[in-house]
Amino acid sequence: MSLRKPSAVLPLAALAVAAALTGCAPQAANSDGSAAAGTSGSAGAAASCAPGALATRTAGKLTIGTDKPAYDPWFSEDKPENGKGFESAVAYAVAEKLGYPKDKVGWVVAPFGKATAPGAKDFDFDINQVSISDERKQAVDFSSGYYSVRQALIALKGSPAAGAKSIADLKGAKLGAQIGSTSLDTITNTIKPSTPAAVFDSNDLAKAALKNGQVEALVVDLPTAFYITGAEVPEAQVVGQFESAAQGEQFGLVLDKGSRLTPCVSAAVDALRADGTLAKLEKQWLSDAVSAPVLK
Amino acid sequence: MAHEAYRRSRARRSTLIATASTVLTAVALYLLVVNSPGWEVTRRTFFNLDYARQALPEVLRGLRLNLELMLGCGVLILVFGLLLAVLRTLRGPVFLPVRLLATAYVDFFLGLPMIICLLVMITGVPALRLTGVTTDPLLLGGAALVLTYSAYVSEVFRSGIESVHPSQRAAARSLGLTNTQAMRYVVLPQAVRRVVPPLINNLVSLQKDTGLVSIGGAIDAVYAAKIIAAHSFNFTPYLVAGVVFIVLTIPLTRLADWLTGRMNRRQLQGGAV
Repeated sequence: MSLRKPSAVLPLAALAVAAALTGCAPQAANSDGSAAAGTSGSAGAAASCAPGALATRTAGKLTIGTDKPAYDPWFSEDKPENGKGFESAVAYAVAEKLGYPKDKVGWVVAPFGKATAPGAKDFDFDINQVSISDERKQAVDFSSGYYSVRQALIALKGSPAAGAKSIADLKGAKLGAQIGSTSLDTITNTIKPSTPAAVFDSNDLAKAALKNGQVEALVVDLPTAFYITGAEVPEAQVVGQFESAAQGEQFGLVLDKGSRLTPCVSAAVDALRADGTLAKLEKQWLSDAVSAPVLK
Repeated sequence: MAHEAYRRSRARRSTLIATASTVLTAVALYLLVVNSPGWEVTRRTFFNLDYARQALPEVLRGLRLNLELMLGCGVLILVFGLLLAVLRTLRGPVFLPVRLLATAYVDFFLGLPMIICLLVMITGVPALRLTGVTTDPLLLGGAALVLTYSAYVSEVFRSGIESVHPSQRAAARSLGLTNTQAMRYVVLPQAVRRVVPPLINNLVSLQKDTGLVSIGGAIDAVYAAKIIAAHSFNFTPYLVAGVVFIVLTIPLTRLADWLTGRMNRRQLQGGAV
């Protein structure tokens, strides 16, 4: 009898583990299943983006995600729901096109890392200056681009980097950028400085380091560059901008991989570009971003 | 004889059953995981070989920073921690302010969340523009680690000192040793030996916390992984960094186990007489 015991216990343990595993399996099956249904259904659903009747997370309501704090000039006063700032305005314009007026739109906080992590999302789409790339398309869906962005360099006035006329002048500088940003790619792939870039978790930490002289210069997108030097770190200046890659870098709305909403949201963005709304909003909220010398 | 043979055959049988059962369980688990509906996505997202290959050199480059910080800060922490503990156990009314200050220090830094200490040191101190004070985030972050961990370690040392039986000190004093000499030659050697295992735990903990210095922009192993993950939206780099840390920690914890075991055996030796 005593010998039987272990052989009886092990399969039992295996069963328990199996039960635990199958316990989580249905969840995966669900998210997977709905994703599969989404892709197979999207071909048919693409035609029927009926206003106000999309398969949103909450029926009859559109939930939009963005990070907190939400930065100027993309948002205003850290309140995405006030309709001020470029991305807030674009989000409401897209919602309107999809048939969701302002009172049918809700906002949720979606930190950058979480917004792009696999698994169920608590927003219908996320708007947070996320650059579209093929690599990222493996993990999430993107709408068409709503803004063409260029990267710019800001440096403390009087520092050697502030006098840079070309990329070669920046080789020896201590540069910083935010994690996961194409600004960081610009440093590592285009500038290739001799000291590795300082990488910051948030723009606020990056700005503090710039103020404190812990980095000499930051690479950020051009509208952000003008906002930082104009309002937040007046002791810094925009040194110049970088030429973007061949097709240009685009910000896109982020959706869950295989979301049924993707074709509808893309169609809405395309319509806003075609009727001049995007250009109008850009002029209204990002008009500063016009003429900075190009660093080659 | 027959009994011996019987026992051997039973032992063989139970080994066989255990082996078969383990193999069966492993196969069942493997099939279950691989055939579960979410496996393909999980494999692509967390076990992507391409990203693992891309991440490993970056993670190892970042690990240099973790190791340097761990060694540099580790030494300082041991020295400050021991000093604090000794200050707190000083006797005599004249030492009251010293004891109070040391206690206040330990209370403060035990309670203060590490991340606040790091933020204040790395982003706050340079904003004061003090002349002669570095703005290097690595040095400032290291200082924050030393400040906080000295408090932890001093508590470990203090518990060691207090665990030495008072009769030891009394015996030392009656031999004509001064208080300082009793501390130096009788109490501390026993105390330090007793707290080696918890100290190693603290070292492991420090090793993992060194990465928090990355809030200042410095890139450690975890942050190197995070940079690739943020770029690609793929999470394999985190796993790579995790495995690297585990590989680094296992020898340390085994060392702690071995030391504890050795000490227990020594104590038993004395007690078994």
